[in-house]
Amino acid sequence: MEMVTSPKKIRRIHPKKFALWTAIVSMLMLFSAFTSAYIVRKASSNWLAFPIVDEFFYSTGVILSSSVILHVSYKAFVAKNYTLYKLLLTLGLGLGVLFVALQYMGWLTLNSDTYGIFISTNQSSSFFVLLVGTHALHVIGGITALMISWIYALKSSTKEWTPRGQLRLELTFTYWHFVDILWLYLLLFLWIQQ
Amino acid sequence: MADINIVEKELEHGGHHDDHGHDDHDHHGDKYQSSFVDRYIFSQDHKTIAKQFLITGMLWAIIGAGMSIIFRLQLGFPDANMAWLQPLLGGWIKIDPTTGLGEIDPDFYYALVTMHGTILVFFVLTAGLSGTFSNLLIPLQIGARDMASPMMNMLSYWFFFLAGAILFISLFLNTGPFSGGWTGYPPLSALPQASDGSKAGATLWLLSLVFFVVSVLLGGINYITTILNMRTKGMNMFRMPLTIWAFLVTAILGLLSFPVLASGFFMLTFDRVLGTSFFLNEIFVAGEALTTRVGGSAILYQHLFWFLGHPEVYIIILPAMGLVSEVLSVSARKPIFGYKAMVFSILAIGVLSFLVWAHHMYMSGMNPFIANIFVLFTLIIAVPSAVKVFNWIATIWGGNLRINSASLFSIGFVSMFISGGLTGIFLGNAAIDIQQHDTYFVVAHFHIVMGVAAFFGMFAGIYHWFPRMYGRFMNETLGRIHFWGTMIGAYAIFGPMHYLGMAGVPRRYYRFDKFQAFSEFTGMNEFITIAAILTFAVQILFVINFFYSMYKGRKQTEMNPWGATTLEWTAPVDAGHGNWDGDIPHVHRWPYDMGRHGREFIPQTEPLAEGEIDGGH
Repeated sequence: MEMVTSPKKIRRIHPKKFALWTAIVSMLMLFSAFTSAYIVRKASSNWLAFPIVDEFFYSTGVILSSSVILHVSYKAFVAKNYTLYKLLLTLGLGLGVLFVALQYMGWLTLNSDTYGIFISTNQSSSFFVLLVGTHALHVIGGITALMISWIYALKSSTKEWTPRGQLRLELTFTYWHFVDILWLYLLLFLWIQQ
Repeated sequence: MADINIVEKELEHGGHHDDHGHDDHDHHGDKYQSSFVDRYIFSQDHKTIAKQFLITGMLWAIIGAGMSIIFRLQLGFPDANMAWLQPLLGGWIKIDPTTGLGEIDPDFYYALVTMHGTILVFFVLTAGLSGTFSNLLIPLQIGARDMASPMMNMLSYWFFFLAGAILFISLFLNTGPFSGGWTGYPPLSALPQASDGSKAGATLWLLSLVFFVVSVLLGGINYITTILNMRTKGMNMFRMPLTIWAFLVTAILGLLSFPVLASGFFMLTFDRVLGTSFFLNEIFVAGEALTTRVGGSAILYQHLFWFLGHPEVYIIILPAMGLVSEVLSVSARKPIFGYKAMVFSILAIGVLSFLVWAHHMYMSGMNPFIANIFVLFTLIIAVPSAVKVFNWIATIWGGNLRINSASLFSIGFVSMFISGGLTGIFLGNAAIDIQQHDTYFVVAHFHIVMGVAAFFGMFAGIYHWFPRMYGRFMNETLGRIHFWGTMIGAYAIFGPMHYLGMAGVPRRYYRFDKFQAFSEFTGMNEFITIAAILTFAVQILFVINFFYSMYKGRKQTEMNPWGATTLEWTAPVDAGHGNWDGDIPHVHRWPYDMGRHGREFIPQTEPLAEGEIDGGH
């Protein structure tokens, strides 16, 4: 109970986690710049709308479920159920890769004869590639971070089950949830702007 | 076993957090400095990284200023024979085969102007100024062993180095470096066929600046995290020196505005490489219509650019303001006047700097009503700036002023900031800007208010903290010659430019003597060029002083030579990585306890006496 009365004992946020949140703010600025430019440009003439093909909705389901699975995997880590943790981490990583693949396939569908949409077809498609592509790069960064955790998990070295390992997981998963929510925002944005 | 480890780690982390920096290196002095490469090249020690930023910045300053001398020669003496520059500039000096006279290639003139702007704004006054002093002073003044992430800090420097290396390579391209102005406006920057400088030079320029943005973001994230999370015990926000407040707001501005610049650069790269037309519409190049490039808007780029571009001005000037506040207070042996007003004006400048960007675009055809709003905010930003100026003057007023190179440059900073700030009030008004836009009036304004003033703040900082960096003092006589040479030189260069601007002389012209309206200013242009050469020579004196003093300067005998209250003077110069040999000192009072209780100064580490109330409130 003494902890409550002494404000000095309150555990502050870990500096690295704070740094991650700061970095997330700067990424949000990047995407808000893109979407503001999108709105400004769309307001003038010569703007061709095109549909959001199904692949992008499938990929949304994939990245959402990956977030949920990775969250459960983190819970398993904290509960020291390392077998479940490794299984779910692998699954989440696989879904992450699948997400990027689906985004690319969606773009290929737009390229196909049915739609015939390419990057320089219209400003709308240029912006589409810009938003989806930049987001995909951020996801690939997240996949890289997941892979590092995954390799540590496979090695099952004792180092992994330390606060340091837990901190790495928290950072990685926080970032992953961020790119997930960012995608939801982008999809919603593109859908509303249709 | 694993569980016990976790508990132990937790205890160590939570229990002794104040006395240890962070979990990367609880034991200083340490594994990071085991070899030459770790110690001097890929160092993770913030003090070494600060020196790396400073010396790299100095190198770039010499290159950038040297370029300005070359184009000033062209403007001052357009008919002179430049053949003697051929060994340096090679093919950029065109020799007339019949007369044997050499002249600077006009394309190269524009490349020089562009590179001068890019180098000085980004590499010298952003990285060289905020990179140096944020790194040096943040951990030392808040009482931390190092940055939150020394690794990211090291990467920040090396991304900056990489950006510099790429830009440096672009200087030697066959088609020349980028020549479309430091703002990189499309369509010049978007179409490789637009000019020679828009070919590979523009690609490398974009690449270099993208790496630069990465460097600024890595650094900024670190500075913010360190300041907000790693202050020593007792160092609450209102016990932080004004330098730290300035670095904090600078880093926040960079964090919020540089990604927007990056977004513009990405779109520009798409336009250059992938055939999109974000910024292009109905373009003709050399009479040929680019029919596929329609629908974009060049003005959109201007908005994205200046959304960074204006906060960037404050990213440059705020650290200088912080350094000057500290130096003036210490030199005057008086507390800073209006500490809280200073803090709140830094914050107000930070917020307002995001609301004024379109004052760079009054002439872009924007709606005059919108221009009015930006006029309003631009003039409001003069209020916190004026508060700061008033407080600096009030700080030295009646003080026991110690005149040395550092305090002279600080006073010079205030002088420059007033001179340049006043012309800003003219330019901030959209109606007057119609006349002054793109003239030498603008050139004079921004060079004085953010170029020279920021340099003065930087010089004040270097003279003041040189002992903290190298354990020696810089030569005082050379320092004073440097100050008076720069002070008089800078006014001699930029003073007449106001007059040129009011007479309508435009920026970025290759030569003026062929225009009837401007040919009468030949003498004035010659005067400016001579002043620029002399001022440049004085800076070389500074560089000599810097490196000479590093090895042969007067040795520092006491730990706190200036009698300052702040923490950086409690750490030994040769402490190595980790800053303090023992525990990190705790802080008990605000940073400007000077001339109180009949004592000259009271260090921050001294506990408050019985019943004593902390100052600054």
